[in-house]
Amino acid sequence: MHPFVLERPRDLSAALSFGAQAGRNDAPVEYIAGGTDMVQLLQEYVRRPDRLVSLAGVLDDGIEIGSQGLRLGAAATMAEVATHQAVVERFPLISQALLNSASPQVRNQATMGGNLLQRTRCPYFRDVGYEACNKRAPGSGCAALDGENRWHAVLGTSDDCIAVHPSDLAVALVALDASVEIRGAGGDRSVPLSDLHRLPRDTPHLETVLEPGEVITAITVPANAAGLRSHYLKVRDRASFEFAVVAAAVAIEMDGARIRQARVALGGVGTKPWRLPNVEAALAGAEFEPAALRQAAALAAEGTQGRGHNDFKIELMQRAIVRAVEIAGARA
Amino acid sequence: MPGAISPALAQAAGAATAPLDVSLRINGTERRLSLDPRTTLLDALREHLHLTGSKKGCGLGQCGACTVLMDGMRVKACLSLAALAQGREIKTIEGLAQGEELHPLQAAFIERDAFQCGYCTSGQIMAGVACISEDHAGSPQEIREWMSGNLCRCGAYDHIVAAIQDAAAVSSSKQEG
Repeated sequence: MHPFVLERPRDLSAALSFGAQAGRNDAPVEYIAGGTDMVQLLQEYVRRPDRLVSLAGVLDDGIEIGSQGLRLGAAATMAEVATHQAVVERFPLISQALLNSASPQVRNQATMGGNLLQRTRCPYFRDVGYEACNKRAPGSGCAALDGENRWHAVLGTSDDCIAVHPSDLAVALVALDASVEIRGAGGDRSVPLSDLHRLPRDTPHLETVLEPGEVITAITVPANAAGLRSHYLKVRDRASFEFAVVAAAVAIEMDGARIRQARVALGGVGTKPWRLPNVEAALAGAEFEPAALRQAAALAAEGTQGRGHNDFKIELMQRAIVRAVEIAGARA
Repeated sequence: MPGAISPALAQAAGAATAPLDVSLRINGTERRLSLDPRTTLLDALREHLHLTGSKKGCGLGQCGACTVLMDGMRVKACLSLAALAQGREIKTIEGLAQGEELHPLQAAFIERDAFQCGYCTSGQIMAGVACISEDHAGSPQEIREWMSGNLCRCGAYDHIVAAIQDAAAVSSSKQEG
């Protein structure tokens, strides 16, 4: 690891005063929470902050359900949220996405805020032996464009970066219209999760809209997302402890033999958690039968760009949507 | 660029490597250490406290050989900075037996021959202890899913699953008795 000063502030306002930048990859001051992704990146010299500010003990770790919906403190662990009875019963999509993530050990350590801010699994980003990575070293190029890009994105890409955002949780949350609460020196603000992550464009090293010093303090999920029939379908290269090749988060409301409303988001295919309003619109009012579902899911291909090895994802993601809707609709 | 360190950074580096006083509670004993801030919990255990039962396989959270219990929950010691583990109750494989009496899962691993080279074993056992206490050892399929954070290059998985089933049965018969 690059040498760093470790700060262990007593409270959140002290933590904020260091001006850490959680949202970019070349920041001299960084936060550390659960540490499961940060320590890997420090070990590999991918991130080399001079100062590391611990958020241990200074962030809310509560899980609350009320009339407003669900509120997850940023320091709640993946395991705590995944097994929380009210989450399991009323927001099963979130629990499923979490239990399909990482390993039991990592789920005991990793936090809600950190999960959203984890970095891509792109092997060219994570290996400093490759010179070209615009996300890690701005302006250096992208080794994935002509490299091994089977795992890479087909939605939201640019000629500077095609790295996938790896979080399962974020895919489920974006389907449920979640927001993040953010605190900074200038006060508090709330940002829809769909706006938290930036598209790579020509600045892939800027990962999120977080300003210097700002920290995610909580995730909120509106109450109207509770009780929908849902399913998180994760397609991966091995059965457990693996990132998604393609994932589909689906939540639907039925009206007899028809779908009244649907929410659909994809993981494993986008440079950020990817919501599909065009597919949702086609599913709303559609009959719950295979041809209609396939027709709606085909709209997911709009705007996709394969780069060779990952072309198969464009077909696979449509099938994943159909399968996830079928499973969700069959639930009681 | 890798390797190129500016004078300003080098100066910061001098300040950064100033050791931190860290107090860790390991297997019920308070241990005071002076550590480089970069020290992981795993390196603190192995290199500073000479508790070498926890193994370093990948150092990146992928293999599970470093699994320990923190406040009763299984974690990967290679992904924890030691200074941030202060105040937590840490249990390693060295703290599992009661004197000469092995933990039921340790005994089951021997009985079932649940290892070949042994390098992953202490991590498997610590994860297995948690798998049982979390009530995730109900079937071979459930054990396989909930032990997925621990890899075994020798492929002793069938025997590991059997050992965890055995120890889970001992644990539930104790609870019922």
